[in-house]
Amino acid sequence: MAPPLLEVRDLRVEFPTRRGVLTALDGVSFAIEAGEVLGVVGESGAGKSMTGAAIIGLIEPPGRIAGGQILLEGRRIDDLPYERLRRIRGREIGAIFQDPLTTLNPLYTVGEQLEETMLTHLPIGREEARRRAVGWLERVGIPAAAQRIGSYPHEFSGGMRQRVVIALALCAEPKLVIADEPTTALDVSIQAQIIALLKGLTRERGTAVMLITHDMGVIAETADRVAVMYAGRIAEIGPVREVVKHPRHPYTAGLMASIPPLDRRVERLAQIEGAMPRLSEIPPGCAFHPRCPQAFDRCRRERPGLLDAGGTRAACWLHLDRAGRHA
Amino acid sequence: MTAFILLRILQAIPVMLVVSLVSFLMFAHVGDPVAIMLGQDHTPEQREALVRDLGLDQPVLVQYWRFLGNAIAGDFGLSYRLSRPVAELIAERAPATLELAFTAAALALLVGVPMGVYTGLYRNSWISRLFLTFSLIGVSLPTFLIGILLILVFSVWLGWLPSFGRGETVQIGWWTTGFLTWSGIKALILPAITLGLFQLTLIMRLVRAEMLEVLRTDYIRFARARGLSNRAVHFGHALRNTLVPVITIAGLQLGAIIAFAIVTETVFQWPGMGLLFIQSVGAADIPVMAAYLLLIAAVFVTINLVVDLLYYAVDPRLRADRGAAGAGGR
Repeated sequence: MAPPLLEVRDLRVEFPTRRGVLTALDGVSFAIEAGEVLGVVGESGAGKSMTGAAIIGLIEPPGRIAGGQILLEGRRIDDLPYERLRRIRGREIGAIFQDPLTTLNPLYTVGEQLEETMLTHLPIGREEARRRAVGWLERVGIPAAAQRIGSYPHEFSGGMRQRVVIALALCAEPKLVIADEPTTALDVSIQAQIIALLKGLTRERGTAVMLITHDMGVIAETADRVAVMYAGRIAEIGPVREVVKHPRHPYTAGLMASIPPLDRRVERLAQIEGAMPRLSEIPPGCAFHPRCPQAFDRCRRERPGLLDAGGTRAACWLHLDRAGRHA
Repeated sequence: MTAFILLRILQAIPVMLVVSLVSFLMFAHVGDPVAIMLGQDHTPEQREALVRDLGLDQPVLVQYWRFLGNAIAGDFGLSYRLSRPVAELIAERAPATLELAFTAAALALLVGVPMGVYTGLYRNSWISRLFLTFSLIGVSLPTFLIGILLILVFSVWLGWLPSFGRGETVQIGWWTTGFLTWSGIKALILPAITLGLFQLTLIMRLVRAEMLEVLRTDYIRFARARGLSNRAVHFGHALRNTLVPVITIAGLQLGAIIAFAIVTETVFQWPGMGLLFIQSVGAADIPVMAAYLLLIAAVFVTINLVVDLLYYAVDPRLRADRGAAGAGGR
């Protein structure tokens, strides 16, 4: 059996600080198959973006990968020298960032930025790069692309700029795109357009997507599978329908219950008591146990791994019985 | 664009008028040129005749008005001290100052910018720390002290370089240049370092601070995420984004280099405009002083205009004449 497109094994990311080492990611494992859309959800600071940054090797120093492996098509990429990893970035793994107003260099035209990216990675000449740049602008839905190729980022609206960013992420034809909150900074009215565009273009090309967001609606509509993150760990991972309809982990259940239903009136939205712990104060055992309504003794002492919870895999001792042999 | 340049030139006129008036009013109080010109022995009649000759019996504003009228016609009068046309004196001295300023500015930019980039990129390396320590010296030691120290080491102790003057010069039309003779170049080294050192360290620190700022931005992260080479990220994307503030400061510093060459020229007895100015101050030579200050004001106004134009070249967001449609072209 061919290895998955991307496999993350037991990833651990640490930040040495003056008051000790903070663990931003702890034992994160998951895989993405070719052409698959994996949604990654969680609160701010849960480690979603950190996971994305670790995969493309762009964790801000002094943060560093302290353990685990990242494999692209079976090859380890987390220990590659900078120059080798650079050739993978953009070429095999594209990235889309949150705020299109700040991700484009203000001093270069969008055409120049597209051409530069393609010339870096693809064996094509200037003429061809220019021709393809126009093609990409058309594909992401920029009207009058041939004229707009010479425009600077500030001459585009936020939504249009995110389209340009998507073109930049896809133009070297990567196999995987890491989209880190691609719609969070955009107007609600254009969020759906951008997601539809991303989904359409990647499906067309069989590009896998790691879609990082805190918007469960986007995940439900777009992702094939979803990973729920909490305090630097994966709480639950599984097919999106299972996770949304029948969450196995109490945290996922709380998260789903806090989404306002559209079909009936509710007096108060359900909420999870308390807040996610800071990185310096992650409790022993299950990181969620202080907020968990079903926590018992073992949760406070021992940290659960991802256990088979029937349909999904959840890091929760409640599912020990079913998963018996994994324990 | 043309309208913009014209507007700026129009705006420059009142600036120049105010500078000339202020300098002229100030100089009315620097000393008594008549006493200096006549020396110890003179009769009151001689004195009165000279005062009338120079127009010093008129009210200051009338003197100023006359000066201004002549200046517009390109006539800055005669030097009291040397009895030669001021324009001629300045033209004679300008090449020395401009060559010195140019060399100092080139030194400051060509060394300061790479050092700034390096310390910005590798801020924890020991070379960066060395550069930063060195830059503190450049920023804090006064120019004349640096000049004297350099003379002490390289002229007195080592005897490698001359301690004063321009060396041999070559005449090209009305311009005299020291660039073409070995002794001229040797004579240029110490004054240029003295004059440029402060600007060099200033530019280095500025570029470093701007680089650190820019390297944190999302578009640099995104450029890395696109897999661009380090060279493209550091120079194409990061350095270019630091240029607007660097151009501003570098431009103003070029003006400062020309204007404050006075100290360096005095230390090295460099036969430039600064030395001429200092000697003129000693003799209360008002026409020379006034013309010099006007010239310096003109230099600053010109540099400001050039800096504004460079902004337009560097930063597309400032190009107001491009419509939001921004079709084609670069």
